[in-house]
Amino acid sequence: MLAFVLRRLAQALFVIAAMLVIVFFGVNVVGDPIYMLISPEMDQQQIAETARALGLDRPIWEQFLVFLKNAAQGDLGRSFVHGESAIKLILHRMPATLELAFVALVLAILIGLPLGLYAGLKPESRLSRFIMAVSILGFSLPTFWVGLMLILTFAVSLGWLPATGRGPTVSVLGIETSLLTMQGWQHVALPAFNLALLKISLVIRLARAGAREAALMDYVKFARAKGLSQSRIIGVHILKNIMIPIVTVLGLEFGSLVAFSVVTETIFAWPGMGRLLLEAITRLDRPVIVAYVMVVVVLFVTINLLVDLVYSALDPRVRLTEATS
Amino acid sequence: MKTFSANGLKALKLAILAAPVMTIAGLASAQELKIGLSAELSAMDPHYHNVSPNNMLARHIYEPLVGQDEKQALKPLLAESWKAIDDTTWEFKLRQGVKFHDGTPFTADDVIATMQRAPNVPKSPSSFSAYVRGKEFTKVDDFTVRVKTAAPAPLVPTDLSTFGIIPAKCKDTTTEDFNLGKCTTGGTGAYKQAEYVSGDRVVLTPNENYWGGKEPWSKVTFRMITSAPTRVAALLAGDLDVIENVPTSDVARLKGDAKLSVASTVSNRVIYFHMDHFREVSPFIKGKDGSEIKNPLRNLKVRQALSMAINRPGIVDRIMEKEAIPAGQLLPDGFFGTSKKLKPVAFDLNGAKKLLAEAGYPNGFKMKLHGPTNRYLNDTKIIEAVAQMFSRLGIETEVETLPSANFFTRASQGGQGNVPEFSFILVGWGAGTGESSDSLKALLATFDPAKGMGATNRGRYSNPTFDAKLVEALSTVDDAKRDAALAEAMDISMNDVGLIPTHYQLNTWASRKGVKVQARTDEYTLATGIRKE
Repeated sequence: MLAFVLRRLAQALFVIAAMLVIVFFGVNVVGDPIYMLISPEMDQQQIAETARALGLDRPIWEQFLVFLKNAAQGDLGRSFVHGESAIKLILHRMPATLELAFVALVLAILIGLPLGLYAGLKPESRLSRFIMAVSILGFSLPTFWVGLMLILTFAVSLGWLPATGRGPTVSVLGIETSLLTMQGWQHVALPAFNLALLKISLVIRLARAGAREAALMDYVKFARAKGLSQSRIIGVHILKNIMIPIVTVLGLEFGSLVAFSVVTETIFAWPGMGRLLLEAITRLDRPVIVAYVMVVVVLFVTINLLVDLVYSALDPRVRLTEATS
Repeated sequence: MKTFSANGLKALKLAILAAPVMTIAGLASAQELKIGLSAELSAMDPHYHNVSPNNMLARHIYEPLVGQDEKQALKPLLAESWKAIDDTTWEFKLRQGVKFHDGTPFTADDVIATMQRAPNVPKSPSSFSAYVRGKEFTKVDDFTVRVKTAAPAPLVPTDLSTFGIIPAKCKDTTTEDFNLGKCTTGGTGAYKQAEYVSGDRVVLTPNENYWGGKEPWSKVTFRMITSAPTRVAALLAGDLDVIENVPTSDVARLKGDAKLSVASTVSNRVIYFHMDHFREVSPFIKGKDGSEIKNPLRNLKVRQALSMAINRPGIVDRIMEKEAIPAGQLLPDGFFGTSKKLKPVAFDLNGAKKLLAEAGYPNGFKMKLHGPTNRYLNDTKIIEAVAQMFSRLGIETEVETLPSANFFTRASQGGQGNVPEFSFILVGWGAGTGESSDSLKALLATFDPAKGMGATNRGRYSNPTFDAKLVEALSTVDDAKRDAALAEAMDISMNDVGLIPTHYQLNTWASRKGVKVQARTDEYTLATGIRKE
């Protein structure tokens, strides 16, 4: 077990180091941030001044050495635009995104699992066919379009929910969250549903496939023969067994919810890290882009590790120690 | 136990949050103003980043010495009056009895302190140093400041209208501390900083002791909503009272909605084509057979023909959906330093064909146009339309649009030897100072880094007669004479087709009925210009 974790950690460090180099050079060959930052009315002298102030007048390898030196101390540079530590900016916006991703994930499970289960247990029913048809829409409709439609329907036409932004936040143990107030929930509902849509479809399909397979298994037949109630068969015997692939996939999907909620955050003006990334890309705020990618890499590596551990807990047949031998 | 504590906490928070809301709601909800902005701020420090969203927001809190009205004409603000004592000295008389938000009186010391801080903010991505450079500030008495320059500098009052005055006490406050609202002395402006959430919102509360009178709003919230359809939807849903930068495609619909009002005015932003004047052979121009030819854009008749081939009213009607005005120079009529003689070049395809033949290109040539995507209203569509118009003229035209971040770098210095890379580009220019000197100096003056001339001259246009006139204007302190000299310089460059202006954008705001927005040429959305009807 310990050996497995250590080996994975070493792999992770290697991935992170490689990404550091690739991302730094990848981002630094694109365009020139000065023209994105400086007021267009400024003259040549001022352009040179700005380049000096941001260290952009130095050759790229020199910039990389400075970057490495700082990175070794945990400093991934300062945002060109905001002048603040890039990591700090990202971490500051992270709670909003995590909140959104978390609610989306919960929605995906709460909505997707029962629907998928039903469709799997009664594959021939009309409702099941309907659920499957809708889940195809969930996969294929573009997020920004669905987002705008949600705003038009629930905010503009019906006036039930606010169209944009995050509700009032409350500080819990130093982390700001908007999930403790009614208003906060009203704000999070639409963007979270928008973000969850694709994952709901995913869960429906996974649950359906799993349920169809499990329903034919001997242990389910035995359970029926023993006279167990329908709810116990579904709730314990089937559900528990189909959860393994769903947990694995959702773990990884959670990472992508956090890292790539850019579209939803922009459409709903949600103040999370996705919008920060988009702003950084349009303004060529290199330190923020680099730091963002690094945060995402670390996030994915960590999630992968956790998923492996949870997997082994759910399914005792998986022996992590075997991986080392 | 766990659930109990969570519920208890939730109930407690609700109670805490609800209590003040309930007491104030009845009194204040009608006076709260919510505004949707189209761009994000980078900081609350008024001297950190010289870009319009920051400058606009800072204006509510920190006032400059000289103000700009809705048409960008200079007006007294913290300076009650100013005059040139001689060609190289300006004297500013400061307004008396003005107090900062905490009650500290405003004096000449604050002006001097600001002039030391403004050009020297660490890590500034675009500082205000150009407005302060070469100026020596001295305090004559508590309410008089003199500005000494080495050469005649007619633009000193204009330069000092670009940034706000901070209290001397906050001179060493860092940008991060400004963001956190740690400059507790505040500014002299009509509003105080209450909350700043980077990338989300800025909340302002009124300054009860404002020298300029009481504001009608009890609270102003600026929300950053970069996605245009979302901004419109948020207004329709009633989440916002005012939005700026209404997309041209939605203007007609919003005008037709009885619950909304739309305000618009011509912008100080002109959309124009810059072209290669400086290369013998231009990289994106070829003969019809693909062979290398001499740069035809250096021929005046070719430039005139291209300008005549552009159907400006057509662009305004069809692409801009009437949210623009055809342009004949760099700033709309009525701005300081514009020519009264210049009119938009009339569309005349046959005339253009004739000119092109006279210039020696009866069969045209091949050319590639470049431009940014999503930087100016409908930019890609405009380039495509103009390419069609050129094709009708007989010039085989291709289009390539690039993301701004790539486009501007390559358009400014992407070629061999750090020269502009492209042959013919679409760009836009907003004259922040509200007079034509900055457009002429940046876009058409001969490129000269030492003198700071032609910094954005991406066509490297160069005309000694024009340069001489411009330099004369830039050193004429007398306003009437400067106005005339600038107009003449404008005439020279436009008649020489130094660049091809197509249209001026309109700045458009939409608001809830009962909320009236004062439209401004500089694209600023100021709460101080929004009133109840």
